[in-house]
Amino acid sequence: MVSLLPLQLCGATAHMRGKKLVGPVDYTLEGTGLTMVIGPNGAGKTTFLRLMHGLQRVSGGELRWAVSAIQARQKQAFVFQTPIMMRRKVLDSLAFPLLLRGMGKAEARSKARQCARRFGLKDLLDSWAPMLSGGEKQRLSLARALIIEPEVLFLDEPCANLDGSATREIEGILQRAKLAGTRIVMASHDMGQARRLADEVIFFHKGRVHENARAGVFFSAPVTREARAFINGEIVE
Amino acid sequence: MSGIGQGFWEAWRLIFTFDPALYEIIFLSLQVTVSATIIASVIGLPMGAWLAVNRFFGRRYVIAVLNALMGLPPVVVGLFVYMALSRAGPLGGFGLLFSPMAMIIAQVIIITPLIASISHQTIRDLWAEYHDLLISMNATRYQRMQALLRDGKRALLTATLAGFGRAIGEVGAIMIVGGNIEHATRVLTTAIALETGKGNFAFAMGLGLVLIVLAVIINLAIHIIGKTERASTW
Repeated sequence: MVSLLPLQLCGATAHMRGKKLVGPVDYTLEGTGLTMVIGPNGAGKTTFLRLMHGLQRVSGGELRWAVSAIQARQKQAFVFQTPIMMRRKVLDSLAFPLLLRGMGKAEARSKARQCARRFGLKDLLDSWAPMLSGGEKQRLSLARALIIEPEVLFLDEPCANLDGSATREIEGILQRAKLAGTRIVMASHDMGQARRLADEVIFFHKGRVHENARAGVFFSAPVTREARAFINGEIVE
Repeated sequence: MSGIGQGFWEAWRLIFTFDPALYEIIFLSLQVTVSATIIASVIGLPMGAWLAVNRFFGRRYVIAVLNALMGLPPVVVGLFVYMALSRAGPLGGFGLLFSPMAMIIAQVIIITPLIASISHQTIRDLWAEYHDLLISMNATRYQRMQALLRDGKRALLTATLAGFGRAIGEVGAIMIVGGNIEHATRVLTTAIALETGKGNFAFAMGLGLVLIVLAVIINLAIHIIGKTERASTW
């Protein structure tokens, strides 16, 4: 199978209504593991993820996957900060991405059942997805994203609205996905979470990649003043 | 006020003496309106979904026209259908004028814009909710419409029922194209118009009450069926 990585961004920029939100960004996404995008609110983390995933139009510069854009889209998934729950049962929500890919209904449903077992959603299969609790919704979002076995998974602050135990469940799922070889790019402003999960860190500030390093290096010896301040829990503006 | 009291009595008598003429009229009313509602839904619901997920030049104008067509005067529609179906008209060869089929055609023209417009508004809201997810999942345009129609079905019922309501109470167009012929094209509304004209107010009132009760029963039945299917807020 041809990999869609590396993803190369050369001066990639994103605008919304004439206002620059992100860029120019030079960055290459490659290798394995989990890349954590951290930075203050409004730094452009979300837009950066959406830009890479293709939800946000590239308004300048270049963004290139190793394969064609159409092929690349088939092998990635996105988990949103606020889970988007379809108005259907958990089982049908899980089967949906498979049906989109042209899988037969019976096969998709049986795969969805297996998937639900792995993500602790087995007892909720017949529940109405919008009625789930916050933690369950986000777990369903993750399961729905991972059911297509994406090569790259984007997550936009998936634990932002969750409590401790729900966050631990999500982190466990992410660790397993990482071990299974899924390349993960995740935004978070929880420094504890960043330390627990990250292999690589992108410190995003004012719409640009302010600092980019291996996690160990970044947390022990940040280079820029802003990154140092952010790690120390100071307010970075 | 005794006229209204008489009307109630007449309605009661008509229903419970199983007046065959009445049941014939009720049956034809339902046949015409249910057929028209189904056909208009098959056209209007996908049209609403299509308008919600597609961006094209002049979209706003199409929607504005659609909304305007919701208030299409039935008499005018009747006139157009009459001219199209009359012997000299472009569709005259089918010999459909003064048949239930002609009435169905007229009703479809009247209620399709209504169903399309209401379903467009409903689906537009759901699309705003689903947009990022469906784009992220790479759903094709057709798949997007399919998902929106499926998941919005509870709300779309309202669009269909609004269409049904307008069609069952409509008189101007079906009077023109159906002709209100006894045992052939006489339905509840045209019968009411006729009986009122003849001065049979009590009978007309009775038919009117039957019409209202019928509309309420159908709406209730559909809502109950819709809810038993899935127990939840939608």
